[in-house]
Amino acid sequence: MVGFAGFDMPVQYPLGVMQEHAHTRTKAGLFDVSHMGQVILRGTSYEAAASALERIIPMDVQGLQPGRQRYGLFTNPQGGIQDDLMFANRGDHIFMVVNAACADADIKYLRAMLEPDISIKHLENRALLALQGPRAEAVLAEHHPAIRDMKFMDVETLPLAGAECWISRSGYTGEDGFEISVPTAAANDLAQALLAHQDVEFIGLGARDSLRLEAGLCLYGHDIDENTSPVDAGLSWAIQRARRAGGARAGGFPGAERILDELTGGAEKKRVGLRPQGRAPMREGVLIFADETGDTPIGAVTSGGFGPTVQGPVAMGYVPTEVATAQTIVFGEVRGKRLPVEIVSLPFTAANFKR
Amino acid sequence: MKFTEEHEWLRIEDDLVVVGITEHASTQLGDIVFVELPEEGDTVSKDDEVVVIESVKAASDILSPLDGEITEINPALEDEPSKVNEDPMGAGWFFKIRPSDLSQMDDYMDEAAYNKLIS
Repeated sequence: MVGFAGFDMPVQYPLGVMQEHAHTRTKAGLFDVSHMGQVILRGTSYEAAASALERIIPMDVQGLQPGRQRYGLFTNPQGGIQDDLMFANRGDHIFMVVNAACADADIKYLRAMLEPDISIKHLENRALLALQGPRAEAVLAEHHPAIRDMKFMDVETLPLAGAECWISRSGYTGEDGFEISVPTAAANDLAQALLAHQDVEFIGLGARDSLRLEAGLCLYGHDIDENTSPVDAGLSWAIQRARRAGGARAGGFPGAERILDELTGGAEKKRVGLRPQGRAPMREGVLIFADETGDTPIGAVTSGGFGPTVQGPVAMGYVPTEVATAQTIVFGEVRGKRLPVEIVSLPFTAANFKR
Repeated sequence: MKFTEEHEWLRIEDDLVVVGITEHASTQLGDIVFVELPEEGDTVSKDDEVVVIESVKAASDILSPLDGEITEINPALEDEPSKVNEDPMGAGWFFKIRPSDLSQMDDYMDEAAYNKLIS
């Protein structure tokens, strides 16, 4: 068990990181992610809440259809990233899931920026479970057949094991899967009902990290933070056309000047996939050099470890845009030795979503 | 066989000592994905960092339990670091050392004392 944002969380269950990882990629892994912050934004209508939220995130919130979800970023006035989140149009309100470590700061920030016209409710009576992997659909469909009709990033309200669940077809593993907000009082029963299926195993933080790393997904506070812009981070895809230069509601969010500039002109650095050529893992903080002898690092690893599906070390980090080309060889310094690393495009393992 | 508080085992084999980590240590470390061994011929001192073990969780240093010369390393660990999990007391050995002062062995625990330590 390790402490994380005030929660005790297991790094691994009895299977161990390697087998938990493989189980999620081949069957279905159950994750207790109740530490994540669940928030409801409510205005006089969805549109009112959406237009308020657009003042602080560079996403097209108004154009999001009912029953759909998007990935979003809170940006700061310098164009950096304050947190990343998922947000959904649930008909008459917005439902958001934010990072545990940022939740209190996010709520404070939302209150300062959006109230009094928008009510902001931090839901502390709901747990969050994720069921991820190629068997997730079949397992959940045994509890409700409408699961099969959902597509990637759809959201639905359905009863599961007797509890009203808010379900999205999304996740943090690169696999098809679902995230399920369930009343805390019913969470244990639901988890046990899912675990009773022979294809489902509980998965800890260790495999959660190796799965998202192979999937090329950012971890806030590591791969993205207040100093990295969405363009640096390779997250330009998350900024829809309506919010870009020439769009219907261009700009008007914190840091718009830098971010809109970078969307057209490019950024100075870029997040890339890094594939060490040897077997030694390169973890967060490993410095990247252009060659074997130069004194000045050109970048650093922001997440790294062993990729159980890749069967070798994998990492992500930032390098200057001019060297951020696939197949370029750079060097990571591990215990005083410069080891060759190939820059590769992300993800390391192909996504397996049901579009 | 002798054991250190750092969860290494030491087995005398003629005039050499074979070193590895215990079952307890390999379980605690989790799945091992990389082992960096010293070079054959290296002269090491007791408490030098001679081996780095990377598991899926973290990197850990292994200290030399003795002064001496590394005479052989386990070549299988380069391609199959998981041997340390599968057979830590056997095929997962790390290196053989020719001790310059065999009396350093006296500082270490016997199996009964080690089992007490980890119980």
